[in-house]
Amino acid sequence: MNHWIIAPVVLPALLAPLLVLLARHDLRAQRLLSGAGTVLFAALAGVLLAQSSSGEIGVYRLGNWPAPFGIALVVDRLAALMLGLTAALALAVLAHVLGTGWDARGRHFHALFQFQLMGLAGAFLTGDAFNLFVFFEVMLIASYGLMIHGGGRARLRAGVQYVVMNLAGSVLFLFALGTIYAVTGTLNMADLAVRAAAIPASDAALLRVGAVLLLLVFAIKAALVPLQFWLPATYANAPGPVAALFAILTKVGVYAILRLFTLGFGPSSAASDIGGTLLLPAAGVTLLIGMTGVLGARDLGRMAAFSVIGSIGTMMLGVAVFTPAATGAALFYLIHSTLVAGALFLTADLVRGQRGSLSLAPGPRFASHGLLAAVFFVVAIGVAGMPPLPGFLGKLMILDAVRAVPGGWAIWAAILIGSLMAVAGLARAGAAVFWETTPEEAAAPSQPLALAGVAGLLTVLVGLSLAAGPVSAWLNAAAASLYAPAPYIAAVLAGGAG
Amino acid sequence: MEALVASAVAVMTAAGVYLILRRQTFPVVLGTAMLSYAVNVFLFATGRLVVNLPPVLADTATGYTDPLPQALVLTAIVISFGMTAVVVLMALGAFIASGNDDIDLGEGRE
Repeated sequence: MNHWIIAPVVLPALLAPLLVLLARHDLRAQRLLSGAGTVLFAALAGVLLAQSSSGEIGVYRLGNWPAPFGIALVVDRLAALMLGLTAALALAVLAHVLGTGWDARGRHFHALFQFQLMGLAGAFLTGDAFNLFVFFEVMLIASYGLMIHGGGRARLRAGVQYVVMNLAGSVLFLFALGTIYAVTGTLNMADLAVRAAAIPASDAALLRVGAVLLLLVFAIKAALVPLQFWLPATYANAPGPVAALFAILTKVGVYAILRLFTLGFGPSSAASDIGGTLLLPAAGVTLLIGMTGVLGARDLGRMAAFSVIGSIGTMMLGVAVFTPAATGAALFYLIHSTLVAGALFLTADLVRGQRGSLSLAPGPRFASHGLLAAVFFVVAIGVAGMPPLPGFLGKLMILDAVRAVPGGWAIWAAILIGSLMAVAGLARAGAAVFWETTPEEAAAPSQPLALAGVAGLLTVLVGLSLAAGPVSAWLNAAAASLYAPAPYIAAVLAGGAG
Repeated sequence: MEALVASAVAVMTAAGVYLILRRQTFPVVLGTAMLSYAVNVFLFATGRLVVNLPPVLADTATGYTDPLPQALVLTAIVISFGMTAVVVLMALGAFIASGNDDIDLGEGRE
């Protein structure tokens, strides 16, 4: 059995308690351990990426129980990709945190950070729907702690809203899983694909209820309209680097939709039409609402949060047509938008540290004004999806892939209008923060300037632009294997002796 | 029995949804607890309701109840219990920091 598969879950799970127990009072030891752990996590993600690149599907059966009875971790190209993306973002966020000293403003930042990585890795790797719920909860508990890191009145109140929203989501998740278990008698995703295709017609309605409930849960996580209301307040009030890390949390929802609605509720099941018919209009409205928010936001943090909603809309337009080509394009855009959203939140945090506020009103000139203006300009180009950063290519691929789809013109219109709104909104924000200044002097910077995180993310993005051909071929292969799940199901359900 | 369990789940869910839509934090926390009770009973019933049957193998058993939902409920209880503790502490922190326990951010009034 390939033990590499469980390593990305076990490593942070061991490291986080160690951080609390051994290094509680020693910030330097915490930073050292957490940094080393995150680098190791990235290396493990790299190993799994390399292993799965051939299209091989790795299965790890916990306790070596045969598949539908025990829990299985499964790594295919998509899971490995999401893991690699998590690792890249985590490294950049950690570099930013170490540079700006965010971890000294509250306690246990690094332990929570490692638990967050554990939850993310588990959610991407698991092949069991109930286990997915458990890892969602691990991820969320860590995110509650990170969200209120540093404290403060507004942040705590936004935190309470965030927790309550997610508790309601968790309850829905359990109702959905219970319904699905009652109908099919299994929670293993591969087994679910087999059984959902064979349930009697009298149970089809119940399965569809379960599928819709699950879709709602994942739509809450992904912040799809009409379930996006929690996101702007949460992301705008979270500490800057934490909001940057949260850029991957919304993608967990996208990943789960992609996984379950190509596998468990795939084309052969009674619930196959639910994903497409409900998601497509929701995605279009999400895109437009997000970009409207970018146009109307009154501070840089909220604008960044709304740009996340907009990018989720663009991505889901690609996912919701459920064809291999469109999914491949959406995955390319997913890589780009995760990294660029991270870069935008980190840049906003740097601006806040230097300028004191993020409000989009003329403020004082501050130290390193020109440098941050240049960084913001590059990041804004990425967020709007303009060349030379890869968002442009991602949007182009999505547009190309949906040409033949009925109603494709509406998708074209939504994406193009959304892009225009993003350009206008970002230009307005840039002008307000960097161009117009008031004569008075800025207060001394409240945190040092640390460009390592942002610079790292932008380097990866430029690399993604340069290597767009091979990367997108790889992603298309990953998407194609999602729509031909037979090898996945066979690998998971093969005997437990492996 | 089915009607009793089903109506219990329904009443608790309705109470939970009503409480979670209140403006003060305290009823909202109670609402999330109520919802988690409802979902625990619901999960328990997904293995079908039976009386006096063992979940594990026994020589004298005439039938079995499904053991998996019981394991799921245990996990769900632990998680929801922990979550309730977290939300209580956060609500308390927010109450102490801001002086009232309104759930909204008060953005319109500032």
